[in-house]
Amino acid sequence: MIEAQDITLRIGGKSLLDRVSLTCRPGTVTALVGPNGAGKSTLLSVIAGDLMPDKGHVRLNGKLMSDLKVHDLAQLRAVFPQGSAIRFAYPVREVVSMGRAFRDLSPDGDDRAIDAAMSQAEIMHLSWRDAQTLSGGEQARTTFARVLAQDCSIVLLDEPTAPLDLRHQERVLQASVDLARRGVTVLAVLHDLNLAAAHADRIVLMRNAGIAAEGSPSEVLTEARIEEVYRQQVCVITHPKRGCPVVLTTA
Amino acid sequence: MSVSPEMVVAPPPKPVDRSALIAVGLSLLFVVVLLATVAIGAVSLSLSEVLSALMSRISDVELDRDQVLNSAVVWDLRLARSVTAIIVGASLATCGAAMQGLFGNPLADPGIVGVSSGASLGAIAVVVLQISAFGIWTLPVGAFVAGVGTTFLIYGLARPGREGTDSSRLLLVGIAVNAIGGAFAGYLTYLATAEQLQSLTFWSMGSLSSAKWLTVGITVGPAVIGIALLMIWARPLDLLALGERQARHLGVDVRSLRRKLIFVTALLVAAAVSFNGTIGFVGLVVPHIFRLLIGPGHRQLIPFSALGGGLLVMMADLAARTMDPPNEVPIGVIMGSLGGPFFLWMIWRGRTGRADA
Repeated sequence: MIEAQDITLRIGGKSLLDRVSLTCRPGTVTALVGPNGAGKSTLLSVIAGDLMPDKGHVRLNGKLMSDLKVHDLAQLRAVFPQGSAIRFAYPVREVVSMGRAFRDLSPDGDDRAIDAAMSQAEIMHLSWRDAQTLSGGEQARTTFARVLAQDCSIVLLDEPTAPLDLRHQERVLQASVDLARRGVTVLAVLHDLNLAAAHADRIVLMRNAGIAAEGSPSEVLTEARIEEVYRQQVCVITHPKRGCPVVLTTA
Repeated sequence: MSVSPEMVVAPPPKPVDRSALIAVGLSLLFVVVLLATVAIGAVSLSLSEVLSALMSRISDVELDRDQVLNSAVVWDLRLARSVTAIIVGASLATCGAAMQGLFGNPLADPGIVGVSSGASLGAIAVVVLQISAFGIWTLPVGAFVAGVGTTFLIYGLARPGREGTDSSRLLLVGIAVNAIGGAFAGYLTYLATAEQLQSLTFWSMGSLSSAKWLTVGITVGPAVIGIALLMIWARPLDLLALGERQARHLGVDVRSLRRKLIFVTALLVAAAVSFNGTIGFVGLVVPHIFRLLIGPGHRQLIPFSALGGGLLVMMADLAARTMDPPNEVPIGVIMGSLGGPFFLWMIWRGRTGRADA
């Protein structure tokens, strides 16, 4: 459960978040979308505990963020950050195992959790590869496996699909939906409106440091609203198989 | 496509782990070098003479005149010096590994937080201004206090901490403070007499010639505790390789870890250099070699670095005192001639990048 209330954050005189409130329930996938600079990643960082808001507060599973220590936070939420490079030549499996390093779980379950996470991300064959030599997509899958291995009830993803190919974009979001079906609260910043529409239970559309609209994909992703927020002509059709909205740009 | 047990693939076979083999080889080499450092010198001893001299202070046997002399040479001169070499080498190498891990930069060395340059300034001030507040202890005390003080000054000015700021600010403040300290040191050197200059040169290139059991006794406890602490912090150091933000996501309190690492490094390095002068390259080169040999994991890297650092300084000191007897070549000259080419090799291998990663 994520409860963010009246989050306000100003940095260097610029308002990055202006009284933003957001609630994400367990068992749901919420997609955070919006144009560049709308405040999506900033909001995610506040919810992750990376940034302290000037005003407002965040509760994770009912616990006030400001009462939580770094170690406590790592028990509650896992974060997939934008861009993650590793500085020394650790093998891929070691990187995934870092998700377990400070979890208050029995180490007996570590190997099983790591195996499952690596299988899910399809990186098992890379187990002993130097993580510095991975491609961008392989790196992102390694990070995703690490997030899965951390095994938290709140999962925050910042553009997890950006460097991925078609198959792995689909797999990562499917896996996120599966997590939600098992009671996890998933919040993901996504740029691709169609991926958001296909997988999210709820879409939160941000604009200018605030929330422009929220609701189910078909409620939020209307032609008029997208054209207004993104300043781009689009047409919205219905996915022939999934029944969700599909956004196409037009000239 | 959920994570169900039947979907879990088996991991590929693990590559052969050579670290046990390397540990055995390294330990054997360590013992051989240690015996060599007590056997070789102005009075060279055979292995049996060394062993009986070593035994003489442990067991109760009657000694003849030669044996009394051998025993004094081995115990009071050479063994104290070898143990000092081990303490200094292990301290510098493990702190180097820790600083490289903290800053995510394979080119970081233990002096990165200003402790070595601060200690140098302290030593220069003691010599040139002829301070003698603590008698013969004034130089090491001055170097120690100035070294630790400089690190605290840099840390206080950089105040790395609240979310957002990371360790790179420490480096920038460190450069500025080092420049100011360097200017003071330069001015004091300019004031120094020829005689003072000679002893400054000697200090700045390092020498274990002042090693005694008393100095061993003062430094061994803190060194053992410090290295043990670095080993305890090995796992969080591993996670720092992901960057400070992600390490926090995984449960590492980066701010407190950074403070602890810098504090322990300042104490260990200040203790090592204040008695023996600055000895470069050990802290840079040793962790780097072992990262290539056994991988970057700090749970292995730190103990291997301790062993390897002790070994390297013992060998360098042996060379320093046997190359030009009865004079001693400064240990910094030996290290520089080993470390310099190694550094070049690192650059050529293109392994120097990733500092900004």
